[in-house]
Formats: sequence, structure tokens, C-alpha cells
Amino acid sequence: MTSFYFIAIAAMAVIAFVLGRQRAAAMPGGTRQLHSLPVYHGLFAASAAVIPMLLIAIVLGPLLPRLVEAHALGLLPTDLQPTDELAKATRLREILMVADGTAPAGSVADPVVVAGEAYGSWRSFAGWGALVLGIVAGVAGMLLSLRTVAPGFRARNRFEVIVKIVLIACSAVAILTTVGIVFSVLFETLRFFARYPWYDFLFGLQWSPQTAIRTDQVGQSGAFGAVPLFVGTTLIMLIAMCVAGPIGLFSAIYMAEYASPRVRSVVKPLLEILAGVPTVVFGFFAALTVAPFIRQLGQSLGLDVASESALAAGLVMGIMIIPFVSSLSDDVINAVPQSLRDGSYGMGATKSETIKKVVLPAALSGLVSAFMLAISRAVGETMIVVMAAGLTGNLTFNPLAAVTTVTVQIKTLLVGDQEFDSAKTLSAFALGFVLFFFTLILNVIALKIVQRYREQYD
Amino acid sequence: MEAMVADARPSATIRSVPSEGFKPAKVITQDVNVYYGQKHALKHVTIDIPERSVTAFIGPSGCGKSTFLRCFNRMNDTISAARVTGKIGIDGLDIYDPSLDVVQLRARVGMVFQKPNPFPKSIYENVAYGPRIHGIAASKAELDDIVASSLRKAGLFEEVKDRLNESGTGLSGGQQQRLCIARAIAVGPEVILMDEPCSALDPIATAKIEELIDELRENFTIVIVTHSMQQAARVSQKTAFFHLGDLVEEGPTDMIFTNPKERRTQDYITGRFG
Amino acid sequence: MTDAAVVRGRVLDLTSDTARAHVRRRYQAEARFRAYGIGAILFAALALVVLVGDIVIKAVPAFTIAELTMEVNVTAEAIDPTGSNDPAVIARGDFIKPIRDSLLAMFPAAAENRRQRQALYGLLSSDAAMALRDKVVADPALIGTRVSVPVLVSDDVDLFYKGLVTGIEELPTRGIGSPSATTGTVTLLSSANDFSEELVRVKQALAEQAAVLRQERERLRDIDQTNAADLVAAREQLTAARASGAGVAALEGAVTKYESDEASLKATLDGLSARIADLENRFDTAGSPETLDATAPSVLVEINGGVIKATELGNDRIVGEVLIPLTSTDNAQPDAWRTIVLDTPEANRKLSDQEIAWLQQIEEKGLVSERFNFLFFTSGDSREAELAGILGALVGSAFTMLVTLIICLPIGVASAIYLEEFAPKNRWTELIEVNINNLAAVPSIVFGLLGLAVFLNFFGLPRSSPLVGGLVLALLVLPTIIIASRAALKAVPPSIREAALGVGASHQQAVFHHVLPLAMPGVLTGTIIGMAHALGETAPLLLIGMIAFIVDVPQGITQAATVLPVQIFLWSDLPEIGFQAKTSAAIIVLLLFLFLMNGIAIVLRKRFERRW
Ligand SMILES: Nc1ncnc2c1ncn2[C@@H]1O[C@H](COP(=O)(O)OP(=O)(O)OP(=O)(O)O)[C@@H](O)[C@H]1O
Ligand SMILES: [Mg+2]
Repeated sequence: MTSFYFIAIAAMAVIAFVLGRQRAAAMPGGTRQLHSLPVYHGLFAASAAVIPMLLIAIVLGPLLPRLVEAHALGLLPTDLQPTDELAKATRLREILMVADGTAPAGSVADPVVVAGEAYGSWRSFAGWGALVLGIVAGVAGMLLSLRTVAPGFRARNRFEVIVKIVLIACSAVAILTTVGIVFSVLFETLRFFARYPWYDFLFGLQWSPQTAIRTDQVGQSGAFGAVPLFVGTTLIMLIAMCVAGPIGLFSAIYMAEYASPRVRSVVKPLLEILAGVPTVVFGFFAALTVAPFIRQLGQSLGLDVASESALAAGLVMGIMIIPFVSSLSDDVINAVPQSLRDGSYGMGATKSETIKKVVLPAALSGLVSAFMLAISRAVGETMIVVMAAGLTGNLTFNPLAAVTTVTVQIKTLLVGDQEFDSAKTLSAFALGFVLFFFTLILNVIALKIVQRYREQYD
Repeated sequence: MEAMVADARPSATIRSVPSEGFKPAKVITQDVNVYYGQKHALKHVTIDIPERSVTAFIGPSGCGKSTFLRCFNRMNDTISAARVTGKIGIDGLDIYDPSLDVVQLRARVGMVFQKPNPFPKSIYENVAYGPRIHGIAASKAELDDIVASSLRKAGLFEEVKDRLNESGTGLSGGQQQRLCIARAIAVGPEVILMDEPCSALDPIATAKIEELIDELRENFTIVIVTHSMQQAARVSQKTAFFHLGDLVEEGPTDMIFTNPKERRTQDYITGRFG
Repeated sequence: MTDAAVVRGRVLDLTSDTARAHVRRRYQAEARFRAYGIGAILFAALALVVLVGDIVIKAVPAFTIAELTMEVNVTAEAIDPTGSNDPAVIARGDFIKPIRDSLLAMFPAAAENRRQRQALYGLLSSDAAMALRDKVVADPALIGTRVSVPVLVSDDVDLFYKGLVTGIEELPTRGIGSPSATTGTVTLLSSANDFSEELVRVKQALAEQAAVLRQERERLRDIDQTNAADLVAAREQLTAARASGAGVAALEGAVTKYESDEASLKATLDGLSARIADLENRFDTAGSPETLDATAPSVLVEINGGVIKATELGNDRIVGEVLIPLTSTDNAQPDAWRTIVLDTPEANRKLSDQEIAWLQQIEEKGLVSERFNFLFFTSGDSREAELAGILGALVGSAFTMLVTLIICLPIGVASAIYLEEFAPKNRWTELIEVNINNLAAVPSIVFGLLGLAVFLNFFGLPRSSPLVGGLVLALLVLPTIIIASRAALKAVPPSIREAALGVGASHQQAVFHHVLPLAMPGVLTGTIIGMAHALGETAPLLLIGMIAFIVDVPQGITQAATVLPVQIFLWSDLPEIGFQAKTSAAIIVLLLFLFLMNGIAIVLRKRFERRW
């Protein structure tokens, strides 16, 4: 039905466009007498037809299915009425299967079959109704707009207003995305905190969401003390930064200060390739190559290395972040004015002295923000840790032990069969909330610093 | 002359009577001020632009010539910081009237810029663009005619008639500037504004453009901003001298150059400051 | 330069030894600093090379596949019992049976034993009859004839033929071999000391085992020592606690636990020591016969058309089980029989000695061939490594990218145009800008949460579908595209805009007719880079359920599907070695696509780059 509706919209747009343009072109006095080109009369007519149709789709699209669902559920006898979200979803699935004719015979109760059949007919009725309504609205809009066609009618200006509104709406998508993120994590987080005290979540030392403390306990499936996750995340992030920090920074310094154009033209694409490698590939590399290697190495040195050691995940994550650190630092170092360097050379300083004593101090705030962005990246990275880090919350700073991270737990809690409304599912959103706001704050500060840094040297 | 534009007249129409020695005024301005944010870039300028003749604006750099010129086709609208007050009328029509469509104004008032700025498209497309968006040509043949005659009027047709489909940016600087003039002419404007049209050109190309301006005078009202005193003297009939946002002096070109009334004008044209 | 310079009335010393040493140190520091930079770049390069090299090496086996060419009797009773000649009926026929029969005909001895029969059938892929079915359905006249068809083998067999299951070494024989029987337990004598080398090999393997066990013993001894120390400490605490009378119960429990740990550790250690001593003893007494079990390398003897597996090995004789019956007990001349050593002990591999004996014979008959693995590119996911392909994931990725592109390109370009060309400079605009910059740095998994909460739970869009995946990825790459498009629009010089405005174009006409077309290469470059990013993205897609095991190739954007990176993630979790190769091969395909996209972006940038 949806596709029919969109085909109807497209058809109406074309019809209105052609009619509007023809009507304008046929005005007495020829096109010279028109304020706007016939094309704009056509475009205006097309938008006059499309806009009401889209509005109807936006309003009815989400509304109709709910109405039809409510109607179908209302047909069920009281003993089959769902009592909670989960039962409702199951019931709806059955109804839907009946309506689609995919329900195996005898698998659902008779009243559900009745409701399912009613659902089917209502659904098709609602679909056709919406289509007819939309076409009527579109035709009405088109006719109204066609009546306005006149030599003096400012179709172009009108159409440009519409275009501008569309442009503004598009740039609002970015805002909506942020709002969507904030609300989706915030609501579920609040629901989680209604069941589980927030201080236990933020400061608790035990993370075991899978194991029930008592089986008869309602809505609480385990312990949600997130400190082990924060510690694990920090540990892996620190290892990653120990790799990416110096290596990224030194390669940036070399690229910006020492490298000949030829070396740059080789190394830059190389780093870009490294930056373009998907994280799942790094994860595979970490889990199947680096982790076993480190384990073997550790065993030959007589160390006890976990097979999912933080070291392996951190190391590979560090490699992943190298190009990120190096390109950000490269920009920052290049923004330091040449005059500062010249001043230092003029006093007889060597290149490295100039870099250490003049360039880096001048670039310091920019570098700090580059590192902050890299940290935020490391904290939010998911695939490498999902594939190479552990699953159990271990409160340790030992890089050879297995630790788990915030992102790993979000993935683990939300992938697979989710229970509606369970504390387990909700806790993942609470973790997402922490992750989002932590990285948000880091990013905001880093972007502010970098902006100020840019202004300083512009 | 200021008294001629009586306040009692309806605001949408501004009229002037022909002044001594000039053709009747095509454009008249009354107490025009331009502000860029806090900066008062143009102060109380009142002047008539006579029709079918060339008016030159001269003055030291930063005195507001371009700013004033850009008021005539409301190009200042594109600068968000700019604010214009006062009245400017073309044939008695107030161009700052809110009900006026700036796009139609710009079809009547063409503009040629300091640096030649052809679109990176074919020569034909460059000239045809204006007629197209204004719906001037009813058919392809008519459009071809308009393109050809505009290029001819701009003195470029003979040079480019075999390569109308080649890119406009491939022409020489002088040719590019003439292409821009052709592009401006193609929409059939009444006024053509030229902001230092020759400043990016060599002397030979400059001479060609000057010749062209002299020819165009028959059909168009031309306002030209120039830094070259000789150029102003050669091509213009009327000259206005600006200094620090003030219109210091205006009058017939030969008068301004031989017998300026103001001390500042004299200093400027004799090269005592620049 | 003069020898000395005057600074504030003091003579700056430039020639003395200390001054020279100082300068030398400064230059050394300079060289060191430079070396750090080169080292950092080399490290990054090395990491890339190791990463790609490792994956390529792992991927190579997945690009070819071993195949048996078998003569098969296409019997009517298996394929078309009713003789209907109807293609639909034929397609449902039992094609695997003729193939199995033909395999069984090769090894009739396996027919009697049910377990052996199953093992023999297990060598074939579960979809071994694919080629035969296609052939017969295309040409029903083949029913009742004998045809030669390629037959797919199981992934373990495939790996065996690629040499990835065990190292195989053939050792020459110098003496005459005389077996005692054709089936059952057999003694095989050699007239020369033909098995001495095998014996040495087996003993070496024993020594290696002993070394591993010794390491294990060291580790356990360490644990034992700490345990003993803990025990002593706990005992002391216990005495102290007894004196004070507090916490006795807990400490008593701890002591008991340590004691029992110690006892069990001791027992394990003793057992280990005994085994090590035994192994070392066997290794030391060279030439003494060995009993072979599943933890030792296997020794197979091919003689008189059959195969014997050694269970006892001496210098000149073996006692063993017959895996494939011999044709006779005749003596075999030195070049007519051979011994084979399989390096990997039977316990450590998926294929038994029996199966390997069969496979060897099949190979000797020249029935095995390696060919390019088309199936990998033409089939969907499967639980069987040899059947699994990436077509489903590729199509899923294509659908997802399509949705992403359709959504994020217009929206991204439109917001860039608005922000760059039309937006007034006010707080609202600034908010949008800050917001876009921040969104670009939000972790991708958070977008997955958004998709889960908004698109799935709130709007009720279909789970696991490319539609939702594409929506989420579109939001994810939107900031990239907006930022790139704005940069491209900014790069168009204002003179173009002025020229258009000057001839009376409206602001929007100037933008859409002139500025945008000129910015398009930049916009497209940014879009391609953003799409490449989306193509490799995994985490948010896991949360919206694109992780399900899906065999069918998706047909539309609302069907459940998976994408290439998620397929990689799913396969990487599977224990089979066959899947490890598939994972690497899928990564190679993904990387090729990404390189291609980035290459196009670079070409675009180079071709259409304008200098104004
Ligand atoms: N977009 C703008 N924003 C702010 N101030 C401006 C802007 N454009 C011009 N000005 C200022 O307005 C004054 C007049 O500028 P205008 O460009 O009109 O001078 P001009 O006479 O054309 O000079 P030139 O001969 O160098 O072209 C100058 O002081 C200039 O700094
Ligand atoms: Mg100027």
C-alpha cells in the first residue's frame, strides 16, 4: 500500500507540473509577459499537489496501523486480552500471521483468527481509504494552484519559499538526530533508574546482569554495578592511547616538519588506507592473530595471559587510531605559523629543538583536543572490543587479564532475544547514556579548544 | 535639484527634471546611505544618472564607489551586514520598494564586474543563461538570435562565432570581459553597471572595451567605476568624485577634469593623493 | 663565520672541546628525534602490511575449492520413480543416493559397517548433489545413464586436500613387505629396517609431548607454591583467631580449601611426573617398539591395494589394523608399497585415519581437482563452510547502501546548501553547526541505540531490514556529507554567484544553476567517502538485528538481511577453520570494495579539481 501511495504522489506531481506549465505557457501575451517562467508555475502546481499528500501520509502513516491494531485487539474476548507489552506483541504477531495467511492452521485460538481476519480487512480498507484521501487532497491542491496561474503570479518566489522550507527542514534533521539520541537513551535510562538505583549503577563494583540474585525477584535480573566496565574501558583506552599517542604524534611531526613531498605522497595514502579499514577487520585481526600471539608470547615468558587480554584489544585499537591522531595532529602542527619557526631557526636552534621548544608548545592546545577526540573515539569503539575483549566484568588494571567494556556490554545485552522492559535491556540504554554524554562532553570541549586554537593563528 | 524631488510625491515614484547639458535622468538617487554594520560607508549621496550616456564614478580606494554602484541593482542585498537607506529611482520607479522583485530589477540593470567572471560553461550558455531564466526567447531560434546579436554588440561575435560551444573560461581576459558584457546585454537591460571593467586587462584589451562602451552608449545608460582618470575622461560624459563615503562633486566630465570646484577633487585628479 | 661571537660582552665559545661536544650532542639529539618520526611511520606501515598480509594468507584457501569428479549411475528409481519426466518431480529427486552408491562402490568394505558407511558419506558436502541435479534437470534424458559429475566435498575434506589438516610425509621402503592377512589385525614385516625412521619420528613427537608436559608441571608447581604459602599464612591466622575467638569458621573453611587444593595439586603433579618419566624413557631407549595411540602421529602403510594403520611400531615390523582391505597377502617389492606419516595426531584433527586413507585413495585415482570457488560469490550464508557464500551479504549491503544514499545525499546536500548559502548568521544556525560537528564524533553504537529505540520500537519498522539499517547509517554519515558538501560549496568563488545574480538570477537560481553544479565533484567525493564509511560499519547494525542467520538472498529493503561486515563478524565467531578462511576472504572482498570507492573518490577529486 505504501508503494502505491508513493507512486500516486509521483504521478500527481508529474500531472500537476505538466498542467501548470502548459497553463502558464498558454497565457495571453506569451512568456515574456509572465512574471515567472512556466516551469515555475509547473513546479508550484506540483508542490501544491504533493504537499497535502505528504502531510496526509505523515499523519496517517503511523496513526492508521495503531488504530487498526487497537480495533483488532478490542475484538478479543477478555480472557485473551494481553496484560503486558510482551503478551501484546505476541498476540499482535499472531493476528498479523492470520491476516497475512501465514499462520499454520490450528496454531492460534479461534477468537484470534476472528480478530486477525478483521485486522486484515480493516488494514486493506484503511490503506485504500488513505490512498483515496491522499489523491483527493492532491487533486484539490493542484486545482487550487492551477487557478492562481496568471501573468502576474509570482510562482517562482512562491516555489522558492517552499524550497527554502525544505532546505531548512533538511538541516533540522541533524538536530532531530541529536534530539532522537538524547530522548531514546534518556527515557529508557530513567526507566532503568526507576528499578535500579542510579548510585548502585554508577558506583557499584559488581557487574553480572545475566545472573538472577533471586529467581522470584521481579524486574531485577542481576547486579548492575558499572564500575568494572568503566575500568575495563579505561584500561583498553589507555593501552590504545599508549600506542596511538606517540606513534600518531611522531608520524605527524615527521610528516609536517621533515618529510619531503615524495615521502608525504606515499605515507599520506598509506595512513588513509589504514584509516579506511573497517573496525570489524581490526577486530578479526585482534581476535585471531594478535591475541593468540600475545598469549603465546606471554606463556613463553612464563606469564599468565588471558586469551581475550585487554592488551590485544588495546594494541589493535591503538593501531586503528594512529591515522586519526596523526591527521588531526598534522593539521594542528601545520597551523602553527612559519614565523614562529623562523624565529627559532634564526637563533641557531636545530629543527628538533625548534619543534620541541617552539612548535609543540604553540600547538599544545590543538594537540590536547586531538588527543581528546582520539580518546572519545577509543571509548566509543565497539567491534574490536566485541571481538577481542572479554565478557565478564573484571575489576582490574592488569593488561594481561580479560576485561569488558561499556560498548561490549551494550552489544551483548541488546543483541539476540530481548525481553521487553527487562532491567537487562534497559541497563544497556543506561550504558549508552553514559557513553553518549561522556563522549559528547569530550567532543564539545575538544571542538571548542580547537576552534579557539584556529582563531589564535588565523 | 534636490528640491525637485518633492517629499509630497508618492513614495513609489521619484521624478526629476533634466538638468543643464544632460539628457534626461534615467536613475536618480536621493540621500542614499549605506552602512556595513556600524560602518557608515556611503553618506547622503544624491545624484542623477543621465540616460544613454556614460557616467563615471572616481575616487580613492575604499571611498564607496562600488558600494554605491551595487545599490543600483541591489547587489548589496546579498551582503547580510549591509543596510541601505534613502531612495533610488529608475524611470520613476523606487527600486527599494518592498513589493519590487529584485530579480526583475537586475534584468533591467545589468552588471559587469571588476574581474571577468564567465560561468565555467560554453560561450553560448554564458550568454543564453539570462534570456533563459527571464523567459525572453520563445524558441531556440530566437535564443540563437539573441546570443548572436548580444555577442555582436559586445564586439566579440567575429572572434568566437566558430567556437560557441567551447568554454567561456578558455577566452583571453579581454574577451572574457566582453563576454560578460554580452551576457549583461543579452537580457536587454536599460542600465549597465561596470565596476572597474578594465582593471584586470592589458592596454589593448582596455582600448577595445572603451570603444565598446562608447558604442553601447547609444542604447544603454552606463555607469562605470574606474581608477583611471584618463579612462573617465575618455569615455564618460558625466563624472562624480567620491571621497570617504561622500559625494564630493559631480558634473560634466570636461568640467570636473578642467575646472573642479572642490579642492579635494582637484587634489585627486592632479594626483596629489590617491 | 668567525671563530667567536660576542654575546653581551662575553665571548661565545665555539671551538673548545666542550663546545664541540655540546654541538655534537645537539646533532645527535636531532638525529634521534628524526629517527623517532621515521620509526613511528614505519610502525604504522608495518601494522598495515601485517594486517593485510595476515588476512590475505588466511583468505587464500577460501578462493578455491576441492571437487571430486565421479561416475554416477543416474537411476530412475532414485530420481524419478514414477517415470513422470516432469522437471518439477525430477528436481525433487534423491540425487545424493546415486552419488553415495558410487562412492560406496569404491570402498565396498565400508558397506557392511554402519558407522563406516556414515563416515564415508560424511566426506561429501550436504549439498554434494548440486551439480548432478542441475545437470539432470536440464537434460532428463540422462536418467538411466552413467554420467560424470563434479561432487562437492565437506569443508574438512576440502581443507585436507589443501594440506591444512595434517602434514603428510611419504617415506620410501627398501625391503620386501609381507603382510600376514588382508583384513583385521595384521602384522607386517619388512626385510629391511623400513620402519626405523618412522620410529624415530614418533619418538621425537614423544619428546615434544614431554616438553609440553614439563612446562605444564612448572606452572602447576608455581601454583602449588603460592598455595602452600597461602596455607601457611591461613594456618597462622587461624591460630591467632583461635586465640582471639573471632572469624574462626571462615578461616577454618579457607584452610580446608587450601589443604584440599594442595592434595589435588600434588596428585596431578605426581601423575604428570610419571607420564613425563615414561615418555622420556621411551624416547631414550632408541629402537624399542612403540605402541601408537591417538595422541601420537599416525603411521599408515599402503600395500597390495589396501591400507594398514600401525598400532605397534618396531624397526622392522608393524602390527596394525586394516583400514582398507588388502587384495592379497603376497609379498610386495620395495617400490610397490609405501609408508605415510601423518604429523598431526588423530586426536587433534577432524578427520580420522580411516577417512584420510579413503581420501588418499580417491586422490590417487585422480578424481580430485581444485577449481576457483564460484560458489563463494553465488550463494548465501550456510552452516556448512563449503556451501557458505557472500552473495546474500553483498545484496544486503547493496540494498542498505541504496537506502543510505537515497536518504543522506539529498538531505546532506540540502542542509549544506542551506547552511552555506541561505542561513542567517544567528544562534540557531550556530547550534546546528555545533550539533553537526558533534554528531560526527558520536560513537557509532549510539546510532544503533537510536535505531533500536526510534525506528524499531517507536515506528515499528521491520527488524533486521536494509531499510532500518540504511536509515541508521544515513544518520551516521550525514555529518560527513554535510561537512564535505559545505567545504565544496565554500570553494566555489563568490564571483560565480555574483555573475548569476548580476544577470538577474534569483539567489536560488544562482545556487542551483551555477554553484551546486560546480561544487558537485566535491560533494560526490565526500559522499563516496561517507558511503565507504557506511559500508564498513558494523556496530549499529548489530543492535537493529541485522545479525540473524539468513540463508536466502534478500529480495527487498524490508526483508531480513545481513551485510558484508556483519557477515564477517558472524563468521569470525565460528570455530571451523573453513569459516576462518571464508571470513578472511569476505574481508578481502570488503576491502576491495572500499579501495575501489576511495579510488573513485581520489580520481574524482583529481579530475575535477579546479583552481580558481
Ligand atoms: N562586505 C563589506 N562588509 C563590510 N565593509 C565593507 C564591505 N564592502 C565594502 N566595505 C567597506 O566599505 C567601504 C567602501 O567600500 P567600496 O568597496 O565601496 O570601496 P571602493 O570605492 O569600491 O574601493 P575600490 O576602489 O578599492 O574598489 C570600504 O571602507 C570598505 O572597507
Ligand atoms: Mg570597488
